[in-house]
Parts: sequence; structure tokens; C-alpha cells
Amino acid sequence: MKLITHNMLSCHIKGVKNGFPFKIQADKVESRDADFDPQFLRNIFGRIEWDALRDAAASLGVDNLPQTVSAEMLEDDDFLQAFHHALLEVTLEEGALICPETGRKFSVSKGIPNLLLNEDET
Amino acid sequence: MKLKELESLLQTVDVFEEPKAELEQYPTGAHVAAVMLHMIEGSYQDLEGHFVVDLGCGTGMLSIGAAALGSQQVLGIDVDADALELAATNIEEAECSCSVDLLQASIADLEHCCPRLKAHTVIMNPPFGTRCKGADVAFLQAAFQIATHAVYSLHKSSTRGHLQRLADRLLGKGRAQVMCQINFDLPSSYGFHRERSKDIQVDLWRFQTAAS
Repeated sequence: MKLITHNMLSCHIKGVKNGFPFKIQADKVESRDADFDPQFLRNIFGRIEWDALRDAAASLGVDNLPQTVSAEMLEDDDFLQAFHHALLEVTLEEGALICPETGRKFSVSKGIPNLLLNEDET
Repeated sequence: MKLKELESLLQTVDVFEEPKAELEQYPTGAHVAAVMLHMIEGSYQDLEGHFVVDLGCGTGMLSIGAAALGSQQVLGIDVDADALELAATNIEEAECSCSVDLLQASIADLEHCCPRLKAHTVIMNPPFGTRCKGADVAFLQAAFQIATHAVYSLHKSSTRGHLQRLADRLLGKGRAQVMCQINFDLPSSYGFHRERSKDIQVDLWRFQTAAS
């Protein structure tokens, strides 16, 4: 699971009000080289919840993302490289997503998060 | 990438060993997938450089094809753990794990578990809805929520009228078109083959979701 995916997931157990963002239990983290495409990053930037990305990256051991961001930073190559790496290269292979409200864990195995709910959770 | 190159790459993708009837699983063949993706990119450039979601990705045929055509990031979503496990192996073997991510979730739940999920393009080969009534509608509704530009989807040609009415209702008139008809069974032929029985012909639909 890459952090672009993490940034779009919420806990959807019935009754949960603040299911975003998931906290991450990182048991095994990998990094894969992805093509660097500044235009893609500029396009998707507006859809990314920055705080969620920064905190998720930190829990995977990537702590070079700035505290706050602005659109001007999208012209800065160092920033784009860091954004690219956190969003598209770092990946959680084994671990869990933890609901911020209930603490319910959703497993991530072989890189695939399982968001299916039990019957009593829907 | 040429159509033939794409098709030979996709021929290495393993499909379901034991399809599950309750999920109406049937494999998207390498030929169908290659024709579909090649036409999407050739006509609308909606794959290369974009974020793409593959709904009901199964063993990853369309996801891998989209990655091969240059999609920057593909998210494949399926409810079935067995299919996803095989998809992960296929993605590894096709050497495109840097651009394809997988997620196990129910399509009917997506608006709740992925309320923030938006992608330029959605591609899918959904259940035809013959066994699971309404499955095709659930997939389309989810896809229309996610895609900021277009949804590309395969449906039986025999349901063309039904699909057109559905699209008119969900998207408004003039937003849906059949791009081509593809023969689902016979690997060597596609296009308009009127002499063939209708149930093995599928339509490649394009649904425009962006306000024009």
C-alpha cells in the first residue's frame, strides 16, 4: 500500500464519525522506484490531505516532509522529489491500518489492505 | 506501445483458476483488455500520466495493461482475496509494482471506505449482472463517483439499451457512447461481427463524468 492509497481511505464501521486518516502499524516497509512526473504531482496535490500524508510518511520512517505546504512549493524540485517519494515510492508491505476513533485494526498483508467489515460492523 | 506488444504482455497475466459464480467472476482475456486499453489511450489519452482506478480488478489484467501504457498510478480494487493474491503475483511478474496498488474492499462500500477517492479515469470489466442482479449498476454508480473525467467499461452488447437508459438517468443525456464492439471469446477477431451470436459480443462504453 502506497501513501497515495492511504490518503484516500477511511474507516467505515457503522457509527464511526472520524475514520480518517488511518494510523499505521508498520511491520515491513519497502520502497520502489517510480517514474518522477512533476505534472502528475502538481495535478494531484490539491486532492491530498497534507497532514495525513506527512504523518503516515513519518510512521513509515520518512520524515523529510515539511510541516505546512503551499502551491508555490510545487515549483521547487527538492520538495517535489520528497512529495513523490512519500506519495508513490514508499510502500507498506505488512502491518495494519488502525481506525483513529475505535482502534479497530485492518490488516495489510503482501501490500494489500483489507477493508472488509464483519457483519456486526455494518 | 503497439496493440500486439500490449496483447503479448497481457498474455503472461494469469487469470482465475477457479472463478466464483457468486461474484460472477470471468476473466478479461488478454485480447479484450489490449483492444480496450489501446483504444482508450489512442482516442482520448486518458491513461498515460494519470491516476487510474480499476474496479473489480480480479487478477489485475486491466491494471497491468494501464500501467504498461504509462498510467502514473493505478489502484486495483476487488472484494476477493484469492483474486488479489494472484493479481499481486501477476503485477510482480509484469514488473509494474511501482505503479499498481491493490485494495480489498466491497464495491458497494466504496463511498464509505474511500469517500476521498478520485481518479482521472476508471476502467473496469464489471459483472454483467446476470447472476447478481444490479451488480452492474452498483459498479457504474461507484465508478461515476470516483472518475473526474471518464469511465470505460465493458458490457454485453445485448444490454445496450439498458445501459443507455441507465447512463441517461445517472449522468444526463449525451454523456455515454459505445466506442466499439469486441468479441469476447475469439481472440483473433474484433470489431463488428453481426453474424456472431449477441451474447459473446461486448461493448466498450465511454462515460464522460467531467462537466464539459
